[in-house]
Formats: sequence, C-alpha cells, structure tokens
Amino acid sequence: MNALDNVKEGVDQDTVDAVRNVGARYKYGWNSDIETDYAPKGLNEDIVRLISAKKEEPEWMLEWRLQAYRRWLTMDEPEWAMVHYPKIDFQDQFYYAQPRSMTERPKSLDEVDPELLRTYEKLGIPLKEQMILAGVEGAEEAAAEGRKVAVDAVFDSVSVGTTFKKELAEAGVIFCSISEALREHPELVRKYLGSVVPQSDNFYATLNSAVFSDGSFVYVPEGVRCPMELSTYFRINAENTGQFERTLIIADKGSYVSYLEGCTAPMRDTNQLHAAVVEIVALEDAEVKYSTVQNWYPGDEEGKGGIYNFVTKRADCRGDRSKVMWTQVETGSAVTWKYPSCILRGDDSQGEFYSIAIANNMQQADTGTKMIHLGKNTRSRIVSKGISAGKAQNTYRGLVSMHPKAANSRNYTQCDSLLIGDQCGAHTVPYIECRNNSSRVEHEATTSKVDDDQLFYCRQRGMDEEEAVALVVNGFCKEVLQALPMEFAVEAQKLVAISLEGSVG
Amino acid sequence: MALPAKKRDDAAALLAAHPAPVGESRWATEAREQAAAWFLETGAPAARDEYWRFTNPATLISAEPPKGEAQPAEEPAIWSDVERIRIVFVDGVFRPDLSDDLAEENLTIEPLSDALSVDIHWARDVFGLLEGRGQAPVPRPLASLNTAVARQGMVIRATGKVSRPVAMRYLHEEDDCDAVIRHVIRVDEGASFTLLENGPAAARFNKCMEVEVADGAEFHHVRSQGREHERRAVTHIFARVGANALFKTFTMTANGRLTRNECVVEMTGDNGSAHIAGCCLGDGSFLHDDTVFITHDAEHCESRQVFKKVLRNGATGVFQGKILVKPGAQKTDGYQISQGLLLDDNSQFLAKPELEIYADDVACSHGSTVGAVDPTALFYLTSRGVPKDAAQDMLVLAFVDEAVQEIADERLADDIRARLQAWMARRRQG
Repeated sequence: MNALDNVKEGVDQDTVDAVRNVGARYKYGWNSDIETDYAPKGLNEDIVRLISAKKEEPEWMLEWRLQAYRRWLTMDEPEWAMVHYPKIDFQDQFYYAQPRSMTERPKSLDEVDPELLRTYEKLGIPLKEQMILAGVEGAEEAAAEGRKVAVDAVFDSVSVGTTFKKELAEAGVIFCSISEALREHPELVRKYLGSVVPQSDNFYATLNSAVFSDGSFVYVPEGVRCPMELSTYFRINAENTGQFERTLIIADKGSYVSYLEGCTAPMRDTNQLHAAVVEIVALEDAEVKYSTVQNWYPGDEEGKGGIYNFVTKRADCRGDRSKVMWTQVETGSAVTWKYPSCILRGDDSQGEFYSIAIANNMQQADTGTKMIHLGKNTRSRIVSKGISAGKAQNTYRGLVSMHPKAANSRNYTQCDSLLIGDQCGAHTVPYIECRNNSSRVEHEATTSKVDDDQLFYCRQRGMDEEEAVALVVNGFCKEVLQALPMEFAVEAQKLVAISLEGSVG
Repeated sequence: MALPAKKRDDAAALLAAHPAPVGESRWATEAREQAAAWFLETGAPAARDEYWRFTNPATLISAEPPKGEAQPAEEPAIWSDVERIRIVFVDGVFRPDLSDDLAEENLTIEPLSDALSVDIHWARDVFGLLEGRGQAPVPRPLASLNTAVARQGMVIRATGKVSRPVAMRYLHEEDDCDAVIRHVIRVDEGASFTLLENGPAAARFNKCMEVEVADGAEFHHVRSQGREHERRAVTHIFARVGANALFKTFTMTANGRLTRNECVVEMTGDNGSAHIAGCCLGDGSFLHDDTVFITHDAEHCESRQVFKKVLRNGATGVFQGKILVKPGAQKTDGYQISQGLLLDDNSQFLAKPELEIYADDVACSHGSTVGAVDPTALFYLTSRGVPKDAAQDMLVLAFVDEAVQEIADERLADDIRARLQAWMARRRQG
C-alpha cells in the first residue's frame, strides 16, 4: 500500500511540474550532434548486402535477408488499419546509420563517444555498470537495496553497449545485441530467428527481416531465473533514418525473465519510420514478462513530424505451462500499428496483454493483441485502455481464437475507451472465434467520456482541470499500470500526465 | 486496388442471369442502372473480402442456384391466430389468388412492378436510395444486385396507425428456384405499422427491404425464416429512422444451410430508437450470419443489438455488428450483445462486434460471450427432478429469450417461443 502511495505522490508532483513546463512538451525532443555514418539512401539488394557485411554476418544470414527482401518486393502495404498517413517512399530513407565513433567497435564503454554517453544520461538511462536504478520499491522491502537492471542501448541502427554482462554470464544468461549473437551464438539465432514471426508474416515484418540492423538477443537457460531485469533503450537520432530493430528472446525450460523496452526520438518535421520485430519463445514452464513504454516523438500539435511505428511483436508459448505477459504503455508516435500477440501452443500455457494507448493531438493508434489458443487449458486475459484526446484516433483491434483442440480454454477481454474532447475518436474492432464448446470467451467493451462528477470533485478540492483529468485518467488506467514493473509504472504514470497536456480547456 | 477479375466476372454473370425489367418509369430505370453499375464496380462478394471472412458467399453468387428440395409448407403457419393481412409469394412470385384483399385503412399496398412504372410516385425517394446510402463505407453488392434486377415485391405506405399487421408468407414449391424480392416501405410521420414475414421462399433467396421511418413513426418487423434444410438466403434491411421514431426488427432462424441477414440502420433524427434482435437455432450443416451496421447521426438516439445463437452438430454462428457514432451525435446510447451457446464440440461461434466513435459524450458498450450450457444451472434443474434433456431445453430457451423479449407485441413473441420449443422437442426426438 505504501508503495502505491509513494507512486501516487510522485505522479502528482510530476504532473504539477509537467503542467508548469508547458513549453517543453516532448522532453526527449532534442537531437544529439553526433557524427553519423549512413549507408546510401534507398533500398536495394546492395543495401541489404552492405548491412549484412557491416555486421560481419554469416553467409546464411545474408541469404535469409535477401530472401526476405525479394519477398517484400512482391507485397503490398497493409491498408486495413484505421490509420491514415501519406504514402511512405521507401526509397527516401536511410536503412543504416551508425555513430561514427562506433565504426571501430569500442572495447569498453570508456571508448564510446562521450556525446553519446551524454545522450543516454539525458535520457536517464543507467548505462554505466555501477549505476543502479533507485527503484520506487515498496517500503516493506526496505529500499536500501536497489534494483539492478541490465541495459542494452540501441542508437539509430547499432547497439552501443550492454551493461552487467559479467553478472549475467555467471547466471548463464546471454544478453547482447543481435549482431553479436549472430557472431557468437549463430546456432541459437539460426534455430529461433523467424520461427515466431516468419519472414513472410506481413509487409513491415518482411521489410524488417531484410534490413534489420540491430536489436537485443536474450537467452535464458533451463531453470534460470534471470537475476535482474533486462532492458533495451532505443533511440532514433539521425534524420531520415528508419530504425529496424529485431529482438529475440528465448526462455528455456523453467526459466524466467522480465524485459523492459523504452524508446525516444528527437523532434523533427519529417516523419520517420520505425518497423521493429520482437520474437519471444517460451519453452516448458518458462515465463517472460515484456514491458514497453513507447514514447517516440508523436509529432507536433498540427501533426507535423513524428514516428511511424509499425511493429510486429509475437510470443510463442511453445512449452506446456509457459507464460508470456505483454504490458505496453503507448504514448508516442504519430502513427502506431502494433499488435503484441501470443500463440498459446503448449497445454496450460498463459498469455496476458495489458495496454494503455494514449493518443493526443493528431496521433493515430491502431493497437491490440491476438490470443491464439491451440493447446488445452490455455488461458488469456486482455485489458486494454484507450484514451483519445485532441483530434486523435485510437483503435483497439484484437483477435481471440479458440481452436477446436484448445479444450477448456478461457479468455477474458476488457477494452475500455475514454474520450476527452469532441474532436477525437475511439474505436474497437475485436474478432472472436470460438471453435469448441468447453472453452469460454468473454468480451466487454465500453466507451465513455471523463466523468464530469469526478472532475468536479477534484476541481472542488483545488486541482486545476489538467491535473484533475490526469488523475482521473490514471485511475482509469490503474489495472494496467499495476501490471508494470515498478520503475516503469512510475515513468508510465508521468507519461500519462504529460501526453494529455493541452487536451483540456 | 484493382478489382480481381473473378469478382467482376461473377457480378457480370449474375446480372446476365437476372435480366432487369424493361418498360419501367425513368426514375426506376435510372436507379436500377446505377445499382448495376455499382455492382459491377464493387464486384460480387468473395471469400477473401473482409466482410465475408466468416461466411463463404460462393453458393450465393453462382449463376445457377444450388440444388434445393422444396418441402411441404408448415401448417398452420406461424401467427395464424393473429388477425392479419396475408400476402403470399410462391417461389418468389406474388400470388393475389392466395392473398387477402390488400385494401386497408391508413395503408396502401401495391406490387413493385406497378409502383415502379408510375412516373410520379413517393417510392422514388426510397427505392435504391436507402440501399445506395448503405453502400458506404462497406459495399453490400448483393443488395445492389437486388436493386438492379428485382421484379417482385411490395411497395407499402402507412399513413396512420395500421390496426392489423401485414403478414408476408413465402412458399417454396419448385425445387431449384431462385427468388429475388424487393420491398419498399414508408411509414409516414406519426404512423405505425407492423410487418410479419415467414417461409423459406426458394432454394436461393435474395431479399432486400428499404424502410423509411419518418419522424415520430413506428415500424415493427418480426420474421421467422422458414424451415428448410437446403435453403440459402441473403437478406438486407436498409432503414432510415427519423426524429422520435422507433424501428424494431426481430428475426428467428431455425434452419437453412446458409443465411446472411444484413441490417443497415441510419439514425438521422434526434431521440430516435432502433432495436435489432435475432436468435437462431442451428443444427448440422448450418451457417447463420447476422451483419448489422448502425450509424448514429443525431443526438440522444438509442440503439440496441441483441443476438443469441444456439449451435450444435457442426453449426456455425456468425455475428458482425457495428455501431458508428458520427461527430456531433452526442448523448448516443448504443448497446450491443452477441452470445453463442455451443451445445457440442463441433460447432463454432465467430463474432466481430465493432465500435467506431467520433463523439465524446456517449455511452456505448458491447459484450460478447461464447460457451457451453452452464453445468451448475443444469445440475440445479436435474437435482430438482427435471430430466436432463428438458432441463437443457429450458436453459436454451431462457438463453434466447433476451432476444425474443425485443418483440413488442406479446402475441407475436409467444408464437415465436412456441416455435422454438417445438424445434427443441423435435431435435430431441430426431
């Protein structure tokens, strides 16, 4: 209880601060002056070859990329999502950019461009080994012992450093950039890459398969409980660059890992493309918790600039009794197109999806999940909270499918939408497919506006309108915020308040 | 994206198989030509279309109708005890000899072909127009086909309170027949009118109905889609509901290989109300699809969608429902519930309940559940001495009753309940 009180207090203070600094709307909007090497603009087989060569990849990987590229050429951009944006010129993008100081791979963090490290400091990322996040832990747990988080930071196209490597290695956990994994653990990468999201999955995933530049790789061996939370921070810095990271997480039998992902980008007038793929494999009795706070630059109030966020995330609960939990707080990006999904293949496996999607100003979000029940006694739970303000459009799109053999399975879905202002839209597009009768599927959705009585109550007690809305919205999101790891929960609550700035009055 | 050749060819073949009537008035011919052009432009529905993802339209669009064996008509017909004006169609053709005298106070009824031949007719503001408005954002190609080619049907106008309901009965005599029927209805300001429909109609049946419910008017519609195993039907209702008006429709389906019922309602006046309900009992090779699209374009309107499906022996139930609240349609109250009850492991329930909302001061919600008969309730009943079969029937009837309760007239609702009960009993024996 104390912990919650703590969090609440923090948020209120931050909300107040946020309201005070109305000028600085997107606080990660600065741009670091770092010398960057680009590959030539545009996309063709040579670029794919170049990316592969830069990464010193094995021959099979290049073949795999080329295969994806050739497939991509035959595909059409998906049009079914409720998002509208000018057609993307895929030839007018850089597909590879890296800070120049990274051309010669640094031996240690000391060799990294100090400007880069400053960037991360600004982002508040504990890149140095000794840095420990002072968690907003519960009072009972005596906050003296902080929480350790291992970080892999990806800057434009390359991974610039991974912390806590040694400690992780002692536990047998492999946590490194995917390029490194390709060099050092090719057998694992080869076995699992593309096994959850195949090359031909969809337009953006196929593009990613061809040009992905970096990302994180996690392998947690059998029976190991990962000693700390793993985290990746993504940052797009260079102009006109697409970021295509690829994350692969493998949780072997009986293991556990919690993974955090955060993203930011500078403010620019032009739209930037981000097409990532995340694959998770959970074997028998494994548990993976994947949390995202997505705060890419959303564009300005008129909808100029911002990130196009087209992401494919999927978990395969391959083993019996495995469990995957997705938690996402989506506050950034001009356009979001993202459906973290679970394939519940193993018997008794579980999938959970908790989401807060906030769209303000001209943002458009089309997000949701798929729960595909294949195994017996599989369970899934979906809690989605969509908040629209300004002129934003927010869509929940989801699929719950019970296959004939998924006997005794359960699903519960709740998706609530909150509208702030009469210019925005909130939409719900769920697909429910039940093909056996021992399973139960329940779906509930509501759409409403911020309750006037609640606002009045808060105002009466001296809050200004913006604070009051932030408080009500935080209450609306509570179920999801509680599912986040503690540090993230705090950040997310702050974000909720900041994202809604300027949405009332 | 370019229209796939197959969709265009299928559409052209269907138009060729059903030549449009000639010699009609200019406005009618124009409406038909427009619909035919739209049909060719959008093409016949295909299994890959998003709106047909759960229901394969192949047998609805083949140039030749699929085989269908005519079965003896149900006697006595449903609602026989209700005083009504009977209109009979045999294999999709109006039979005045079997029908009642169509003269009734506050009501004019004329065959479609007559109305469309008159140069100045009120139907001009409804025919093809409401259907056309319902073609966006999702095309409904089989309704445009209906507008382009339908020769049979009734044009009905209620000018005041109509005391007796009109009951249309569709008999099926010739085995492999293909029927296309179009009704055009207008309920004038302050008037009220009830329409009943029943019968299998044909081996393949394409029916479309346009209903204009003027301000303060009331329209009630209850239908029982006839019992015939091989029947395939696609029906459309396009309604426009004015201020303070009430639109209610209920459909019971207990048989048929494939049924697709689409209902497209546009709420254009403040304080309007629209209720769309249905229940189906599916057994064996049975697919029943309810596709509903309600547009709220006025303030303080209320809409309800209540659909219950009981499925067994491999039957499939589909529900695609959508509530669209346009900007400015404040104080909308929209509710949607779709539930599937699977009596065995082979059956399936597929649903896509959608909300699309562009106004903030609204209360819209939807719920959808699917599962088996509650074992606790079954145990409760059997422990009190009710045989298991009867207990299950009781629970099934209770399950569908929420939809049946949407029928305003109790006599009509009770007849529906009696039919449902009889169906359950027959299934238990067979």
